[in-house]
Parts: sequence; C-alpha cells; structure tokens
Amino acid sequence: MRKEMRHIVLAPVITWVALLALLFTSLGYAYWHAGPEKLVVGLGIAAIKASLIGLIFMELRKSSGLVRMAAAAGLTWLSFLFLLSFADFLTR
Amino acid sequence: MSSAPAPTLEEPFRIPERQHESMVFGLWVFLSTEVLFFGGLFLFYAYFRHFYPAGFFAGARQANPIYGTANTAVLLTSSLTIAMGERAVRARWFRLARWGLSLTVALGLTFIIVKLFEYRSDLREHLLPGHGFSVTGIGAEQFWDFYWVITVIHAIHLSVGIGLVVRLLFLVRGHQLGKRWMTTEVTTIYWHLVDIVWVILYPLIYLVGRGI
Repeated sequence: MRKEMRHIVLAPVITWVALLALLFTSLGYAYWHAGPEKLVVGLGIAAIKASLIGLIFMELRKSSGLVRMAAAAGLTWLSFLFLLSFADFLTR
Repeated sequence: MSSAPAPTLEEPFRIPERQHESMVFGLWVFLSTEVLFFGGLFLFYAYFRHFYPAGFFAGARQANPIYGTANTAVLLTSSLTIAMGERAVRARWFRLARWGLSLTVALGLTFIIVKLFEYRSDLREHLLPGHGFSVTGIGAEQFWDFYWVITVIHAIHLSVGIGLVVRLLFLVRGHQLGKRWMTTEVTTIYWHLVDIVWVILYPLIYLVGRGI
C-alpha cells in the first residue's frame, strides 16, 4: 500500500513541484537578465522540464530499448533538419 | 506492470506484453512524427530570429507573459493529474482515477479558455499579421505568424487530447477501464507530449521579449 502510494501520488507530486519551480525560475531569469544567452537559458530550463515529463510522467525511465529508440528517433531527425538547414543558411 | 489486471487483447495479439509493447512503440513512432511536424515550425522561428533579430524582438515584446505563464502552470498541473489518474487505473484505484481524469479535462478546458482571452487581447492590440498590424520591422510579423500558427495547432492537439480523456471517463463509468489500462497509458503519453510542446513554446514566445 505504502509503495503504491509513493508511485501513484508522491512521485508525480514531487515532479510537479519541481516543474513549477523551474517555470518560475525561467520567468524570473527572463526579467532579471538581458542578453542573447537568455534564450539559451530559457530553452535549457525547458529541456530540463521536458526531460522530467518524459522520464517520469511518460515513464521513459522504465521503457524498453525499442520504445526509447522510437522516442530518440524524432529528436535525431530534428537535429538533422536544423543542422542541414543552417549549414545552408549560414554559408550563403 | 505485474500488478496491473489482465487487459483486453486486441487482434492480432495473443499475449498482453506484446500488445503493450506494440501500443507504446506505435504511439512513440507517431510522437516522433509530431516532433518533426512541430520542428518545421521551430525551424521557421530559428531562421527569422537569427536573420532579423531587431524586428523579431520588437514583435516578441508584445507577447503577454501573464497569459503564457498562467497557461503553462495549468498545463503542467494537468500533466500531474493525468499521471496520477493513469497510475491509479493500473492499481485499480478507480475513485482516484476518476478524479484525476476529470480534473485533467477541466484543466485542459481552462487552458483553452485562457487562450481565447489571450487571442481576444492580441486582436485588440492588432497583433494579427496582415493589414493594420501594429509592429514595424522585418521579423515582427514573422514572430506573430509563428505565434498564431503554432498556438492554434497546439490548441487543436489539446482539444483532441481532451476528447480522448473524456472517452476514458466514459470507460471508467462503464467499469471497462480496469481492463483497458493500456488505452489509458497511451492517451496519457499523448497528453504529456502536448504539454512538452507547450513547455518548449513558453520561452520562445513569452520570455524572449522580456527584460530588453
């Protein structure tokens, strides 16, 4: 019962608190800081949030290799999209 | 997964483990195509931010962070409620499951309503690209093109998600959800992806124009 409680209620609630803390961190940073690295920090925090959702809420942490590969495939091809496009844009 | 009850088997599966692996794998393949679909729009954003930064930031300054932040908190909370609901289904805690799924629908609708208020305020400030658009400079209009296209597409995805969760609520009412926990699981994963897309959009739309 206690183990179930931890899995069903406690783990999601802790993740949610972390997600909200990250949200307000990124909001505060955006107002406090000016400069080009702001977008990098904003996206970095968003990436941490996305990883928390992926690993804990979507349970990728416990998924099989096949499922993780399918999840990684989208990001891999996305990186090709950006790499090849900017290889063109930046060298014209 | 061992504690979960025996699921309903669909053709052509003979064992639950195979069906589970296939359903989750199939959904992730679909989600990968979604990543590329949204990725094309993100590429549009990256291009104009890189080549027309001045106009782009002038456009970004007009985005209203209050609506954006409120909606991010709403969506993150909906991810909590659906995650709890889904785990409760697997453990056969149907009361908690019903609560979790109902709250998820309510939060999803809240997001859409807040979004509509935001659209109204955007329209009043003439932030729809085209005739009478209120910000000048190349890039400003492209920022708002991105904003309208991607937030509307995101809202459509969320509406589909709300429909799917409502379906789960009907299943729980008919006492079928215990056997259909795999359906709950894939619906939940889809919902979380819609949340992740918004998490990425949040700094791109609402934070880049702050503090400059």
